[in-house]
Amino acid sequence: MAYLFNTPDDIRTMLETIGVESIEEFFAQIPDHLQLDRPLDLPVGMSEPELETHLRELAAASHGTSSRVCLMGGGVYDHFIPAAVDEIASRGEFYTAYTPYQAEASQGSLQAFFEFQSLICQLTGMDVSNASLYEGGTAVSEAVFMAMRATKRHDRVVVLGSLHPEYQQILETYLGGLGCQLDVIATPEGAADVQVVRDSLDSETSCLVIQQPNVFGALEELESLCQAAHDVGALAIASFDPISLGLLKSPAVCGADIAVAEGQSLGIPAQYGGPFLGILACRHKHVRQMPGRLIGQTVDQHGRRCFVLNLQAREQHIRREKATSNICTNQGLLALRATVYLALLGRQGLRDVSELCCRKAHYAAERLGELPGLELMFSRPFFKEFTLRYHGDATELIDRAATAGFDLGPALGRFPRLRESLGEAADQALLVAVTEQRTRQEIDRLVESLAATPATSDTPQTLGKPA
Amino acid sequence: MRNTLATELLFDLSQPGRRAACYPDSDVPERPIDELIPAAHRLQGEGPELPELTEPDVIRHYLNLSTLNMSVDTHFYPLGSCTMKYNPKRHERLARLPGLVDLHPYQRTCDQQGMLRLLHDMQEMLAEIAGLPAVSLQPAAGAQGELASLLVASAWFRSRQESRTRVIFPSSAHGTNPASAAIAGFECVQLNNSPGGLVDLDELTGQLDERTAVFMITNPNTLGLFETQIEAIAERVHDAGGLVYIDGANMNAIMGVTRPGDFGGDMMHYNVHKTFTGPHGAGGPGAGPIAVREDLAEFLPGPIVTRTTDDLGQPQFELDTPARSIGRVRSHFGNVGILLRGYCYLRTLGRDGVRQAARHAVLNANYLKTLLADVLPVPYGEHCMHEFVASASDLKQQRGITAMDIAKRLLDFGFHAPTIYFPLVVPEAMMIEPTETESKATLDAFAATLHEIAGEDPEFLRQAPHATPVSRPDDVRAARQPVLSWSPDDDVDA
Repeated sequence: MAYLFNTPDDIRTMLETIGVESIEEFFAQIPDHLQLDRPLDLPVGMSEPELETHLRELAAASHGTSSRVCLMGGGVYDHFIPAAVDEIASRGEFYTAYTPYQAEASQGSLQAFFEFQSLICQLTGMDVSNASLYEGGTAVSEAVFMAMRATKRHDRVVVLGSLHPEYQQILETYLGGLGCQLDVIATPEGAADVQVVRDSLDSETSCLVIQQPNVFGALEELESLCQAAHDVGALAIASFDPISLGLLKSPAVCGADIAVAEGQSLGIPAQYGGPFLGILACRHKHVRQMPGRLIGQTVDQHGRRCFVLNLQAREQHIRREKATSNICTNQGLLALRATVYLALLGRQGLRDVSELCCRKAHYAAERLGELPGLELMFSRPFFKEFTLRYHGDATELIDRAATAGFDLGPALGRFPRLRESLGEAADQALLVAVTEQRTRQEIDRLVESLAATPATSDTPQTLGKPA
Repeated sequence: MRNTLATELLFDLSQPGRRAACYPDSDVPERPIDELIPAAHRLQGEGPELPELTEPDVIRHYLNLSTLNMSVDTHFYPLGSCTMKYNPKRHERLARLPGLVDLHPYQRTCDQQGMLRLLHDMQEMLAEIAGLPAVSLQPAAGAQGELASLLVASAWFRSRQESRTRVIFPSSAHGTNPASAAIAGFECVQLNNSPGGLVDLDELTGQLDERTAVFMITNPNTLGLFETQIEAIAERVHDAGGLVYIDGANMNAIMGVTRPGDFGGDMMHYNVHKTFTGPHGAGGPGAGPIAVREDLAEFLPGPIVTRTTDDLGQPQFELDTPARSIGRVRSHFGNVGILLRGYCYLRTLGRDGVRQAARHAVLNANYLKTLLADVLPVPYGEHCMHEFVASASDLKQQRGITAMDIAKRLLDFGFHAPTIYFPLVVPEAMMIEPTETESKATLDAFAATLHEIAGEDPEFLRQAPHATPVSRPDDVRAARQPVLSWSPDDDVDA
């Protein structure tokens, strides 16, 4: 049997030592009639070669970013992952350890996470980062909880309609049990109107949640929006793209109180949406409201520098229902990947990736926007991702691109929250993201193939969905 | 043999002008950056001051750091409640197959069929092991599975126009249980310690009323004992109109032997990183799928994979959100990389292997418990399940040796420490879970070491560990003067 050690001889000796006749005796504490009297209805076990064949078949029935040229976005991006990231994350000493409760047996993980926290502070300009959350969406919800506690305002949360619609849905779920009002400010122009936001904030508002760049790829007036939040005594929460910070002003410079992010861009593969990396950093005064693990530096009994789990009195295993969050297991291995990625890039590498994405995205937007039946949906400045409007059903354009060997999207019509806010226009809209991996040649080929294969419906007047 | 130079902080190793990752020059027509991004949005100056290193710097740094860890691959790691079993290497290779590792969550459904089939079959296997028919793979970890389930319960009660406000749990419950209940908007009621280490049925009954929403119970419980009265417990909770939640942290003891749905559970979560050998990733990622009974299914968080048949009779897989779903608890589908490894594990073990794994886990725990009975007695229960909670209180009284001292000294001998001081019902608790993927020889050596430690000089033990890179960090200093990130003027070493 796979992975079991005990031979029949071992089992006999062990049972004798214990003083029982059979393994069944241990299970006597489970009433007989509750014990399953049949084998589980699972397939029979597989050897390693059989399993490998089976998984290869399943993998072959899916088509990931390596089978086509990937220009997909929506919070998950096809950035290059240096080999050294995989190499280090493949070390059994890291990935088969657990939460570093025993500091003396975990200095490797603890120091790596301390370095992660430090790198996130440098990236965001914030004072303190935790050691990771599940992913970018729950990081928004955890930041909102922090803001509610910090402001002692538990009745109202305001988010922009340009927040990732799945992040908004998570927040709706998380706030569902607490009776807090969630107001969403519409962003029909692709980014918020600062005056409209100002008018809707009030002294009950705990926080304003802003995504930068937002779900449409567009840039928000982040500084003015943070100021608007502060003017009513609310906290400003900025959900940022880590790669953008090689070019854009940091959340701290813009005035955000809490900065959160999806860290997938930092050396983490798409793997169908997870595991990813939730990042949360904040100003020093909010440190005791933070969720999750925090690693601290201290000295040992001989005066040597070392690292420990710190300020655990915030956490569920100590504070139980009064804890700042219910999170226990986090995303340590992904934090390690991000740490190695940022260490490999360094200050110049981050700037290079950031600028390459930006330049190539603008080239792609210009070329695609020239095609008949296609236009940029919004006129706002953008970073590496933009929203295209197609004079037809966006999913049809995505199909045509796939046939030509390119993955675009997502179509915005797939998100219920965006269909509510954009109406029928959502069905014509799709996202296109361009990373440093894309070449001019690929972008030109995409443009040529879309120009060469006109829409099957082929009628620019069929705006919106066919009847 | 330690390379202390390479394990200086990343920032101390940095040298201006070094770099590891290089990228090709831009190949698109050059435009002034001002035309692309208005200056008001752009950073001023140099931007983030990330360290500057070469690739060999980075590799040597992290590989040397890795050697400062204990791990399942390198050491016996009997951390109770965490199921630190062997992590099969085949999983790591298979998880990196193109088509799986590079699948974008917004790829077209027709491009996802292999992945969706895998996830669909994972849902079915988890439903079968739970004895509960409906599964959502969304939750990212056990704690999020708890929260999602409690929100499902809340929605179910609302749909029945019932307003129930209380969640009850035993004092030995994991801290995540009350923490999750609080976020889900419930009031927490904790039962007292019971003399036998099991839930006191009368005390529970006394707490049950029309306010009771959910009773959360870990079974086997955190003492490593099966709650023998679980059926009666479930009956009382159901009679009071409440739901029974099974915290599945300890499923490794009972998978294939008995099923939460068969012993009265209405909802449960799995910890795929524990029971189905995720692995643990130095603290995560995990995966916390939940299984619920039929009438709760329409409230599950989505998406969920459904199976249909196309015109040619071929199976087709799609994503679907249940009709009255509580919504999402995270973005995208779930922690798929971990679910995929769990799938590989279940397909490897198959219908017989799953049960065998549980039986061997329980055998190993009982064997180790027997070997330790004279130095570290177990106050509760005759036989244990997959783990046991021993007490060092005799050693403390007789010789002044604490659970902490023993835990620290074990590290010197190359054994990871058990979970200590949890659950609180056992004084000087040492929660030991050997798992099924350890040999008798390892268990013998571990027991012999504990006997040796029990005879050592207490003062020497108070200074332990002696052979580790650092020893007894100053936690008080860490908390009083928190240093949570590196800064250029840091001089703690001095």
